[in-house]
Formats: sequence, C-alpha cells, structure tokens
Amino acid sequence: MNRLTVSPSPHVHSGDSVKKNMYGVIIALVPALAASLYYFGLGAAIVTITAVVSCVFFEWAIQKYLLKNDSTIMDGSAALTGLLLAFNMPSNLPIWIIIIGSLVAIGIGKMSFGGLGNNPFNPALVGRVFLLISFPVQMTLWPKPIVSQAHYLDAETGATPLSVMKEGLANGETVSTMMSKIPSYTELFFGNSGGSAGEIAAAALLIGLIFMLIRKIITWHIPVAVIGSIAVFTGILHLVNPEVYAGPLFHLLTGGVMLGAIFMATDYVSSPMANKGMIIYGIGIGVITVVIRVFGAYPEGVSFAILIMNGFVPLIDKYVKPKRFGEVVKTAKA
Amino acid sequence: MLKTFSLGGVHPAENKFSAGQKIEVLPVPEQVSVPIAQHIGAPSEPVVAKGDEVKVGQLIAKSTGFVSANIHSPVSGKVFKIDDIIDASGYKRKAIIIKTEGDEWDESIDRSEDLITEITATPEEIITKVGEAGIVGLGGATFPAHVKLSVPPGKTCEVLILNGVECEPYLTADHQLMMEKGDEIMVGTQILMKALKVDKAIIGIENNKPDAIKHMSELAGKYPGITIQPLKVQYPQGGEKQLIDACIGRQIPSGKLPIEVGAVVQNVGTTLAVYEAVQKNKPLFERVVTVTGKSVSKPSNFLARVGTPLNQLIDAAGGLPEDTGKVIGGGPMMGKALSSTEVPITKGSSGILIMPDEMAKRGKTEACIRCSKCVSVCPMGLSPYLLMTVSDKAIWDRAEEEKIMDCIECGSCSFTCPANRPLLDYIRLGKGKVGQIMRSRTK
Repeated sequence: MNRLTVSPSPHVHSGDSVKKNMYGVIIALVPALAASLYYFGLGAAIVTITAVVSCVFFEWAIQKYLLKNDSTIMDGSAALTGLLLAFNMPSNLPIWIIIIGSLVAIGIGKMSFGGLGNNPFNPALVGRVFLLISFPVQMTLWPKPIVSQAHYLDAETGATPLSVMKEGLANGETVSTMMSKIPSYTELFFGNSGGSAGEIAAAALLIGLIFMLIRKIITWHIPVAVIGSIAVFTGILHLVNPEVYAGPLFHLLTGGVMLGAIFMATDYVSSPMANKGMIIYGIGIGVITVVIRVFGAYPEGVSFAILIMNGFVPLIDKYVKPKRFGEVVKTAKA
Repeated sequence: MLKTFSLGGVHPAENKFSAGQKIEVLPVPEQVSVPIAQHIGAPSEPVVAKGDEVKVGQLIAKSTGFVSANIHSPVSGKVFKIDDIIDASGYKRKAIIIKTEGDEWDESIDRSEDLITEITATPEEIITKVGEAGIVGLGGATFPAHVKLSVPPGKTCEVLILNGVECEPYLTADHQLMMEKGDEIMVGTQILMKALKVDKAIIGIENNKPDAIKHMSELAGKYPGITIQPLKVQYPQGGEKQLIDACIGRQIPSGKLPIEVGAVVQNVGTTLAVYEAVQKNKPLFERVVTVTGKSVSKPSNFLARVGTPLNQLIDAAGGLPEDTGKVIGGGPMMGKALSSTEVPITKGSSGILIMPDEMAKRGKTEACIRCSKCVSVCPMGLSPYLLMTVSDKAIWDRAEEEKIMDCIECGSCSFTCPANRPLLDYIRLGKGKVGQIMRSRTK
C-alpha cells in the first residue's frame, strides 16, 4: 500500500488560483480591447502589444538577473499590468516611451517592492503617472476615434471631452455651450470620443465588470463606491450651478472613471481587504477625482486619486475591520 | 429565500456518494480497542482489569469529572489488556482492548425495535441518564451531552436546535439516520426538550437533503413543538454558532456559549443516542459511520461498534482502493488525516473518507495577492490573511486583538485561497499559543 499522506485540514481546495484570477481580469478586458482596436486601430494594436511584451520581458529579466528567484511571468499579472498600462496611454505614443513606462511600472511599481503581492501602488498607474509627468506633451495628444484607425504616430489628434470642458469653463464659457462641442452621451457610452486607448468605451468596460462579478473575481464594493461617489458629488455641484459644473453623466462617461473604478482601483494588491474599507477607499477615489477635475489644474484626476488612496490602504486595513460574528449582540429575551 | 448564516461561507463539491445507502450493521469485530479519551474533557478512568469478563453495554471506564464521559463495552468478551495504542490523533493513547466472545448484551438493555413515545423520566433523571450513558456530541466535536443539557443558573434555554445539517461534503450518516430513525429522533428531541424545559425545537436540515426535509416534516406533525427548518446549502452551517444564526438569527458573542442567546444545540445522531439511553437503557457504544471516497467501490453507511478498527469498515465498503493517498477520519473540511487504517473508530467518528493520491497533496503555496477572498468567506468575520501573518511572525498580542480565538477552524479560508496559502495551519499554531498565554494570565 502507498504511504498515507498526513496533513492538517482542510483536505480539499476550491481550485481557484492566482492564475485564474489574473487571466479572468484579462478576459474581462477583452471587450474594452475590442473597442480600443475598433476606434484606434493600428495605434491601439501597437501600443497594447508593446506594453504587454515589455512588461512581461522586464519582469522576466528582473527575476532572472537581479532577484534570481523563480519566474512568475506565467501567472498573468505582468501581462495584466501591461494591458492596463496600454489602456491608460494615448494610442499614438511612441514605442520608446511605452517601453520606459513598462520599465517603471514593473521595475519600480512592482518588483522593487518584492513582486506580486507586495506593491503598495498599482504598478500600471505608477507607470502611467511617471509618463504623464515626464512626457506631458506626448501623453496628452489624443488621436481622434475611427479616423485614426489606420494610423499610429501620424494619427490626427484632438482634445478629450474633459479638456474641452476644462478649457471652455476657464475661458468663461457655460457648461451648456461646451456640451454642444463634445460627443453625445450615447457616443461617449459606446466610446466614440478621444481619450486613452482603453478608457473610452464605458459599455465595454461595464461588460467586463459584470463578467468579473459573476466569476467572483472582484466584489461590487469598490466600483460602486467610486462611481456612486463621483455621481453624488458632481450631482450636488451640478445642482448648485448647472452652468459652472457639468453633470454626473458627463463625469462618469468621460476620462478614466470607468476604467479606473472597474479595473484600476480594484487591483487586489493595492486595495483594502474589508468590505467597509473598500467602500471608504472607493469614496476617497471618487471625491479626489472630482476635486482634481473640477478645482485642480489637470482636466483628469482618476490616476492620481487611485494612487493617493493606494497610500491610505495600510491605514484603512488597520482601522477598518470586517464585520465580526457576534458583534451585534442580540441576547436572549429576559 | 432559504435561511442561512449571515457571514461568509463556502460551497465545496458535495460528493455525497453514499447518500441513500441503507444503514448496514457491521459484524461484531473479533477484537476492539476502546480509547479512554474519545471526548472533549478529562479522559475516563478504566474500571475493568485484564482478564475481566464484560458484556455489551457494561461500564468499562468511568467519567472523571463534570466534563468527561463514561465508556461502555461495545462487545462481550474478555479484557485482553489495557495498553497504549496509536489512535486517530496519531499519538499513543491508553485504550482498553477486548477480545470478543459471542454477543451477550447487558440484560437491562431493551433490544426490541418498539418505539416508546411516552417519556416518564423527569428532567433531572434525563440529564443523569444521558451522563451515565456516556453520550457525547456525535457530530464530531464529542462534547459531553449532559453538560450542554445542564443549563447554568441564571440562564434560560428558549429553544433547542437540532443539527441535521451535515454540511461536511461526502458524509451521509446523519442524513441516513433521519431517513431510517426519524421517529426515534423525534422522541429523542422531546426528551431533550423536557430536560431543557423548552416547548420549542427546530431541526435544521440543508436543502440538499429534500427527502430528509420531507420525511422529518411529515413526522414533526405528530410531535408538538418541533419544526423543521430547511437551510440553504452553505458550509460551515453545521457549526454551532452558524446554525443558531441561521435558524433563529442570533449571534453568540465572542467567547460565549450558545446558552447566552437562549439556545442549546445537539446533533441528530446524539438525539437518537439520547432516545436509546433514556427509553431503552442503551448506553453509547455504537454509531453510524459513513465510509466513502471517489475510488471506494461501495460507499456505505455502517452501524459499527466503537473500537472497531478502520480497516474492517473499509473492507466492508469494498476494500482500500489502489490509488489511496489519504485516509481521513471525518469529512474533507475538518476531518483528521490518519496515519494508519488500524486505528479504532470512536464515538466521534462520523465518517471515513478515502482520498485518491492525486487529491492528497496540496498545491504549491504562492505569494498572498491580497484578493481578500479569505476575509469574505470567513464565517466568523475574521481576517485570516492577517492572523496568518501575525502567527508567522509570533506577534501574539496582535493575534489576540484580532480575535484569533474566535476561529472555529472550519477551513474555509485555506479552501478558498487562490495562492494555496496554509492559512488555517498558521492560525491553529497561533490559537495554541494565544490560548496558552490567556490561560497563564488567569492563573
């Protein structure tokens, strides 16, 4: 007879794995990738492939030559970082800038902290914000959708709805006149507007959200808290003065709110552990985003908001505990 | 919406291969080894010596305290020796070894099949009888039953909750008992109600056993005060705290007992034992054991005498499969992996699960990705990832602060972890250490 294995319980496992979760998120990003390829064509393809390949390459190279530990590139997390990084860049970004962004994302954002599971900040956003600050011109030239399908570096560019609104309001225009200069809500919902490669199509991102919720990859808490708090905050501002502050739908459908709320803020490693903590974190992201967009210098603030709240996660985890069994004491009737 | 408990929970593959298999009486073994420590609390003290003749049901080791239990001979024959044997814990423990001769039962035991519904014993007599009969929690926890029935002064029991959940995958012993011994369980319930002086009892059954729910509901019509509560399938619903929460919506505060919320919980198997002890004068020396597994040729439910070696049950279920990699006493979530098939079954043996080799090994442990799935499945609302870290780093005060002692060791966290982290292993380590520190403080 074989020798019997003796180990402590439990003796069965759900079969869930890190790999399944990472590839699950990648699958959830497929609709957004399809939208990106449809609107930005060649440029989107080049940016995506470059970012994914270089992120995986840098992770492999750092583990092999610097850390000298087992390679984890097959777990899908590096590819996911690459994909998210690509989604956060304009589709006409030169290859060399993408490679620098990937190196910063993987090298500084992830591996310098010890690799998967240890990075306090979302690596893809570390890469993106580094590029935004270092290459502000290249990072804010936005190819026009559909017309730039067959173009890469030579794509015709234009402003994003957010920058149109920001500039207009700064020049003393009203919200209603500016709204006529940007795509309709329906067009915004399906992604027919300027912006980063993967952030434009709210519809595609929401399909990804539903997929992740069904597969239990993430819970609803963070996306709902981010989207809800942005809607409420901008809604209040809009009610106060509809000609100075754009409405909630405008804010939700433009820029990186959907991509950020669904895919960036929900990054396992850099988000809180308890449901209540997730809601606090999500509201923080929503509020900071609106403050930057409405009162700050940048037209867009999602990436900054997420990175700032990433910094609060250890604090949130320390003070916000999950609801404990028996906490609400319902004792026997006397 | 079916009721269930409020926090966490998982749903492992049920694999109830032996469901619907009639309870088969296992032949009396040639020799039994009866450990003297088969319950929570103080080990019993043998009252027989080498060479003594014993009958079935005769007291062979007596309880040594309030939280302890009597042990009765499961066979008739001669005491061969009292010696250390390897039991299910993997350690050497004292056991009374008896060589069987015939099957002569103590005369006072009523061996007829007649159902006796009239309860003549007073509450005090019932509790004494349950204690004398050596009845312990048969769901696996083996806590002496008479202790739970003795409601401490100042507390009142409002409701008796019976555990017919059998939330452990694979196991079917309680399910089959409810199907075959429903009436006896009902009378046992009424005996327990009388002892606890309550007029309400709830039997919780998960809805993966629709036949048991139907059967027990039909029977409950004949017995006043008993209701059947169908429950949504969710592990660990059979945990005492979770079951009370699911049935009556009350949560026991940290570190307290069920009586704090006016409830007492007993397993259905225990209830049957109570019936037999009070109405038939039969002490606890046999029980229903499920023998099952993916490669087991004849998954079965056996009525077996305590002290029977596992391999006799396994042989009766078609023998140990070729591909066996692990033998578990109990279910896959909370059962104990055994080092040998020679160990005897005890009062707490609800099942024997035989796992093929490919399922016996754990997956490779990876880095924690902070997915928070362990937090969301924990039925006690703890943070397993954090408890593992503080236990690993020996930060015991933090472990205590994070309520490590609330952990019921259900294993939902380790079961769920995508990175295959041995969360519960570390939490157990931490619990042991923190428990020790807490006890030394009260001294």
